[in-house]
Formats: sequence, structure tokens, C-alpha cells
Amino acid sequence: MSHPRLTLQQILILAFVSISTPLGDACLKRGMALLPPISLAHPLSLIGAVFTPWIALGIALLIGYFASYLTALSWADLTFVMPATAMGYVFMTLLAHFWLHEAVSWQRWLGVVLITAGAGYVTRGPANTTPPANFADALDAGHGVHPTRLNATIDQEAQ
Amino acid sequence: MMDTALFWKATVMIAAVVFTSSAGEVLTAAAMKSIGDLDEIRARSGLKGAIRAVVTCPFFSVGIFFMAVAFFALLFALNHLNLSLVGPAAASLTLVTNTIAAKFFLKERVDGRRWTAALLVCLGVYFLAH
Repeated sequence: MSHPRLTLQQILILAFVSISTPLGDACLKRGMALLPPISLAHPLSLIGAVFTPWIALGIALLIGYFASYLTALSWADLTFVMPATAMGYVFMTLLAHFWLHEAVSWQRWLGVVLITAGAGYVTRGPANTTPPANFADALDAGHGVHPTRLNATIDQEAQ
Repeated sequence: MMDTALFWKATVMIAAVVFTSSAGEVLTAAAMKSIGDLDEIRARSGLKGAIRAVVTCPFFSVGIFFMAVAFFALLFALNHLNLSLVGPAAASLTLVTNTIAAKFFLKERVDGRRWTAALLVCLGVYFLAH
């Protein structure tokens, strides 16, 4: 069975989702490590943490990730996007080994192989298994199409 | 070796991140599915139209709420636990809960290929954490 192939733009969007997530998380961890332990009794300290440089940079990267992620979800299934973008872990390991010269154990290389296999395997299948939304109606109405309304449209078309 | 109290504390913190991020991601995916291809919408009505289509979808607002809760749950967990534990554990468990939720709530056709891919990535994340 043949499936529509991903365009170059769609592949780039998936790649950006993959790279920006681990980088953003690493920035958050670095920022949180610089702060004293935060207890549940003082939850507002978490809000203050948002304005520290490393966490702000992490948030900027995660905003970029989120915009790309939403775009990907608009033309692909969640169960396609998740494994396809797991390549971020692979990028992080390769960066750690070849750029930071960190020692990478055989277990981590095995992890890299498994994730690459999973991502490669899922991207050979269809990106979307659910019917497309009637986006023209959404534009006319100025909002998204409710799934029940979408299903009703599909049922009508099937009849 | 992790003591029992720390084990349960870590379990609760990671479970909170997994549950809230799964809820957020599934609701956001439902919103994006109901809207349609964003690239096509942007081509037809510009960036403003695309943003309007997204932010006015009710599922999106609820999804964002859960994602915000997940973000602060993650910050809290990172403040107490190592990234090498929280990152892979939350990511791999979220992958499994999302796959189950996508099958039942989003009605995605989760065939053998997708289950295999999800499990391979899960195992891979587990090994990366070691």
C-alpha cells in the first residue's frame, strides 16, 4: 500500500521538533539546578524561576517546539509524530559523544539504535489515519470544527 | 540505591508529569485534528487566520491548561530529581499513555507498526537512561 510521502517542509518541521525539545529541557535543568530547592509550601517560587536566563532560553526553545509540534499534529497522527520526533534523544547522544567528548556506554548506543529503528519504522507508514477536517468551514466560522460535527460531515459524505 | 520514601516521591512526581502531559497532548491533538492542515489554512487566510483557528478551538484551551500544569510539574520534579531520571521516565511513559489514549479518544488506527515503533522508542529511552 502506498502512502503520500512527507514533503521537505514537513520533514524539517519534524526535525525541528526533535532538536528543540532536548535543548529546551537541558536549559530548564541548568536553570533549575542554579536555584535552591523549591517546596510545595512556596509554589510562587516556580513563577519567579521563569524569569531567570537559562529557564527563559529553555522556554523560548520550547515555544518554537510547540509551534512546530502543533503544525505537525495538523497533518499527522499523534501516534506518528511521537516516535518520529523521538530522534531528539539520538541527536543529544551524538552531540554528547562527538562534540562534548562524553563517554557513551553500549547501553546508550543500543538505545540510540532502538529509537532510530522505531522512528524509521513508523515514518514508513501513513502519517494520518483519521479523516481530514473540513477546514474551509472552520475558516468561515472563525474557529475549529468540533469532532462530532466533523464525524457528521463524514457520515453524510459516506451516504 | 533509592530508599522507599524517595522511590514513592519520585513515582508520584513522574506520574503527575505523565498524566498531565498526556491529557494536554491528546486534547491538543484533538484540537489540531478538528482544525485541519495548518499549512493550508495559512496559505488561504494568512498567519492571523491560522492562529485564530487554533486559539478559538475549545479543546486547544483545555489542552494548553493541562500542558501548563505538566510544565510546572516537570519544573518541580527537576528541582528534586535528576534530569537523567525524570526526562527518560516521563518521555517513555508518556509515549505509552499517549498511544493508548490516541487509540481510544482520537480513534487513530494504531496498528502493529505504530505499537512496535512506540515500544522500540520506549525501550530505547530506557537504555539511554543507563
